[in-house]
Amino acid sequence: MAYTKRFDGRKFDEPREMEAKVGVIKNADGSAMFRFGDTIAVAAVYGPKLFHPQHMQNPQKGVLRCNYDMLSFSVNERKKPGTSRRSQEISKVTEWALSSVVNLDSYKNTVVDVHIMILQANASTRCAGINAAALALAHAGISMKELVSSVSIGKIDDKLVVDVIKEEEDYEDGEGATDIAMAFMSKSGDIALLQLDGKIRPAELKEAIKLGEKTSKDIYELQKKALKKIGEES
Amino acid sequence: MDLPEITRKRISQFLAEGKRLDGRKPLDYRKIEIETGISKNAEGSARVKLGDTEVLVGVKIDVATPYTDHEGEGTLITTTELLPMSSPRFEPGPPGIESVETARIIDRGIRESGFIDFEKLCIKKGEKVYSIMLDIYSINYDGNLIDAGNIAAIAALKTAKLPKYNEETGKVEYGVLTNKPVPLTDKLPINITFHKIGEKILVDPSAEEEESSEARVSFALTRGEKKGEMLINAAQKGEGKIFTQEEMFKILDIVEEKYIEIEEKLKDVKN
Amino acid sequence: MIKTETEETESKRELIVPGEAIIKGKDYLPGDGARREGEEIIATRFGLSDISGRLVKVIPLSGIYMPRIGNVVIGRVIDMTFNGWIIDIKAPYLAFLPLAECPKYVRGDLSEYHDIGDMICCKVLSFRGKGVDLTIMGRGLGKLEDGMIIYINSNKVPRVIGRDGSMINLIKEETKCEIVVGQNGLIWISGKTIEEELKAKEAILFVVEKSFVGGLTEKVKEYFGGKK
Repeated sequence: MAYTKRFDGRKFDEPREMEAKVGVIKNADGSAMFRFGDTIAVAAVYGPKLFHPQHMQNPQKGVLRCNYDMLSFSVNERKKPGTSRRSQEISKVTEWALSSVVNLDSYKNTVVDVHIMILQANASTRCAGINAAALALAHAGISMKELVSSVSIGKIDDKLVVDVIKEEEDYEDGEGATDIAMAFMSKSGDIALLQLDGKIRPAELKEAIKLGEKTSKDIYELQKKALKKIGEES
Repeated sequence: MDLPEITRKRISQFLAEGKRLDGRKPLDYRKIEIETGISKNAEGSARVKLGDTEVLVGVKIDVATPYTDHEGEGTLITTTELLPMSSPRFEPGPPGIESVETARIIDRGIRESGFIDFEKLCIKKGEKVYSIMLDIYSINYDGNLIDAGNIAAIAALKTAKLPKYNEETGKVEYGVLTNKPVPLTDKLPINITFHKIGEKILVDPSAEEEESSEARVSFALTRGEKKGEMLINAAQKGEGKIFTQEEMFKILDIVEEKYIEIEEKLKDVKN
Repeated sequence: MIKTETEETESKRELIVPGEAIIKGKDYLPGDGARREGEEIIATRFGLSDISGRLVKVIPLSGIYMPRIGNVVIGRVIDMTFNGWIIDIKAPYLAFLPLAECPKYVRGDLSEYHDIGDMICCKVLSFRGKGVDLTIMGRGLGKLEDGMIIYINSNKVPRVIGRDGSMINLIKEETKCEIVVGQNGLIWISGKTIEEELKAKEAILFVVEKSFVGGLTEKVKEYFGGKK
């Protein structure tokens, strides 16, 4: 049976309800929450700060470290607390996505730590994490070329959909499910993250990227609004 | 660690007069905020704020084989993660002694109190029982994670529901909750942690006060069988300095009063 | 019409996020927190845009303190070497206070002069690479005793000090406390009683938290009026 209607009734190019809030963790130098429907991520930034041990310091530029993890009860089947291969890889691709916008040259010899925690998961967690992290970095006053906005595009059977949910990820009929996580720089539209799992034709992927960029613009508007809101309060 | 020596001196001088920098009296808790049902994928969950300290607790329930020495009883596993996002004090990596100790103090109080009716968590003696996993996370640290985590643990357990157990597969069907709560009694396992700064005893320290603390002792209490009677289920003294017997006795004189105060806050938490 | 410089800057301040264009035009020069891209001047930091004459910059609202030469800062002694003290000034780099930058001649044990844990008010002498050198030669610099230290975000320091020190002087007068505001956001408050110090602390936090910039001094006067 062809995928003609989404499980949650959304239009194919419609993301779930989104929410962004800046300043959610008092101790952090910058922090934010980003939500796609039931998927909730929080991010906290500490730094730039002294980098220990000294031999890890880079005299030419600052170091950005990302640490993505999920609460054990963010998913149906309990996730054992602590890092896994999955979380290590996501931490790294997130780090790369954010490194492309952060002006690390301004922070020689120091480290900027980004901690991302998924409070509740229903797919697209890394995208929510990147959106929250970009806000937290800006909130921490870190020098950035621009913001970065991330969204997942799915190919479910032969349909391209925006902001994939768990049920869609598990879709097996027809051409099955392809999940594509992507992140775009807010101004240039340059690609800062691309990860794909499934089966998709190159021409379809081009279309998916265009669809992703279109959605990323809406996310960017939301991010901008959340930052300005905290700006007005401070 | 980060507290300037002169500020530490002020904290202790002011306490000697029976006052705290944030305006509280030594035996006052900060404002306690309890919110339950914060996570859709947990069988039970709670967010507790104790001033600027914030913790999240989730209950996940699975089925498991019982321990051979407790064949007819369900099991409980408690963990605490002091997240680096919650304070510059906490480093990424495997749990350090601070988080291990916090989890164990909370675990002992719950286990010994009889709050969870472990026998009712038995599905088939010697073969299948429900296993409760209680995970405590710090989101923002401003002192007293033990008591905050403990309050959140009680709230999460009180609002938890058993997942659907499929007898044929012998597995839990996640995402499908029954309307059956976790079998609990009215014996709330409330933990009260006392700190000593100079010659003064206080509860619910802020991060600054916790850094000035010379010694701490946690008591987990519950209500006994007789009306008005309370029982201590667990105690733990921490940090390198001592309490005099006199100080310890004073703490034991007030601990029941503090129990009632926290118990009151948890009254409205219902499934 | 001739505008005064202050009027001009205040009318053009707007909240801005990294990547957003502040203004278009070849004549403008990007200052702190800004870069040029083609015709536009783009923000690289979150904050308030500020255009004064040709110079376009972003006044940050948040972020860690970055040392600047000449800044008076408050730091904590965390270690000693044979020729000076290592000071934590809540910046991404540790600072060094050399023995040679102390007004008194010290011989023997350095800890008798400044010990680990002591709070010191210093001036940033130089900042190169990751090396921050401090001095305590100068009026009002040196060890801070008997009082309490509070922390605020360093970006809020100008607001706490006020124009020509008007705000901090008001708080000092009202609370009868001695107050030293470090550019790094550490503030030392010392009064006759701890109550007075707490009164000063609350007033400072009141100033930090209030988002209304216009008439803040008046608000603080009202604040003290209500407190008495």
